[in-house]
Amino acid sequence: MIHFDNVTKMYQNQSRPALENITLDVEKGEFVFLVGPSGSGKSTFLRLVLKEERPTEGRIHVAGRDLARLTNWKVPHLRRRIGCVFQDFRLLPTKNVYQNIAFALEVIGKPRRFIRKVVPEVIDLVGLEGKRDRMPDELSGGEQQRVAMARAFVNRPMILLADEPTGNIDPATSIGIMKVLDRINRTGTTVVMATHDAAIVDSMRKRVIELEYGKVVRDQSRGVYGQAY
Amino acid sequence: MRAQFVFQEVWIGLRRNLTMTIALVVVVAISLSLLGTGLLFVKQVNATRTFWQGRVQLSVYLCTKTSSSPQCTKNGPVTATELSSIHQTLAGLPQVASVTYVSQTAAYSQFKSEFPTMVNSVTPDEIPNSFEVKLKNTQADTTIVSESVDGQPGVDQIVDNAAILDKFYNLLQGARNAVVIIAIILVIAAVLLVANTIRLSAFNRRRETSIMRLVGASNFYVQLPFLVEGVIAGLIGWIVASGLLVAVKSLWLDTLQQYFPFNVQLTSTDLIQVVILTMILGVLLTGATSFLTLRRYLRV
Repeated sequence: MIHFDNVTKMYQNQSRPALENITLDVEKGEFVFLVGPSGSGKSTFLRLVLKEERPTEGRIHVAGRDLARLTNWKVPHLRRRIGCVFQDFRLLPTKNVYQNIAFALEVIGKPRRFIRKVVPEVIDLVGLEGKRDRMPDELSGGEQQRVAMARAFVNRPMILLADEPTGNIDPATSIGIMKVLDRINRTGTTVVMATHDAAIVDSMRKRVIELEYGKVVRDQSRGVYGQAY
Repeated sequence: MRAQFVFQEVWIGLRRNLTMTIALVVVVAISLSLLGTGLLFVKQVNATRTFWQGRVQLSVYLCTKTSSSPQCTKNGPVTATELSSIHQTLAGLPQVASVTYVSQTAAYSQFKSEFPTMVNSVTPDEIPNSFEVKLKNTQADTTIVSESVDGQPGVDQIVDNAAILDKFYNLLQGARNAVVIIAIILVIAAVLLVANTIRLSAFNRRRETSIMRLVGASNFYVQLPFLVEGVIAGLIGWIVASGLLVAVKSLWLDTLQQYFPFNVQLTSTDLIQVVILTMILGVLLTGATSFLTLRRYLRV
């Protein structure tokens, strides 16, 4: 599903590459934790998958496409197959829960009838029944992140990228968030989650890829966060 | 769905930076109406020129008993012999296309129809008879022809109608050039304002656009609301400009006509042509500027 072949990413004006000679595969339906300290290259990894950045060297394949050969105007089609969740939720403050989720479908031109059908389904999936008319500022952090996950998942992407989705949320609420991610994973969606949260990684017992200074230092199936932290 | 979504976004965008939108509309309106006025001037000058082409280009006025030039006071009114000699000289010139004799009676009746209010102060024998000369080539031959009869007995004065018209043309062309230069400056201001408005709009909605890009909205879909926003502002400006152009034509150009003894009014067709031209220009201007600005500020 995601294939990195000897990928190096060097940002301008930086002496050290953000990622260095990364080679790894994420299979369809896998749940992968990306761990490592700040600046270890987790976000760069996610940005490369979305083609928000281009690798300095190496090849990247996502959902069977060679990103180097993907023309600019086809990038949106790649992104429709990838859902994204962030630490800061990124909801539109002027739209309610339903509208925030529907927005993701409206802007890719889905018919209204389809939107009316799938948005309530995905609201149920993330556990926000009865809150479809709330505005983001009327929701708790955990609930806002559920809206963000619903928006990321509503178009049934093949891959869900989560960049520290529990970073702004207390541990008890985080468990609920992880349950939703797990539920999404069980529908066959590949989930890649960058995180600092050791308790979550340890409790899930999923594949763990650890980055340090832009290099993979550990790739372990059913792994834990690691002793050093 | 798509259309409704786009117009909803456009409405939000126009409302959010209302002051910029108003400034944009005003500048587009003024620049388009000035440009349109310039175009109306061009049409007016052309219409006037066409009117005069094929008409008298040189008038040779003959001495009457009231003529005051030294030539005439010395020799008295033109005699029949002088008349035919002048006619022969003029008709014999290769540069002359045709010569028409206008008698005092004919000149008087023409004067009467053109200046009905002044008829009482003039009698037929005060109006000079004349030869009206059409030239084959106005620009080059005027001097040769006028010099050939100038000073001949019986000739009072020679009036080069083209020279009089040239003054009028120069006046019109000067006004037109001034209008066009101001219009061009304003068009540049309009372009910069469009660019700025779109940039502000893009900045105001950076959250929306970043999410749109994230969920895979096509560039077209991300950019269309901004493009439509620019074009709509341009169209509103154009509507205002059309109103101003109608006013310019009916209140100014048509009034200007009253001061000239000929009638070459612009038709409604002329006005409609200019109005349509300014619309195309306005839409192209705002559309193209928005598009180019977006390419810089809304990259994938």
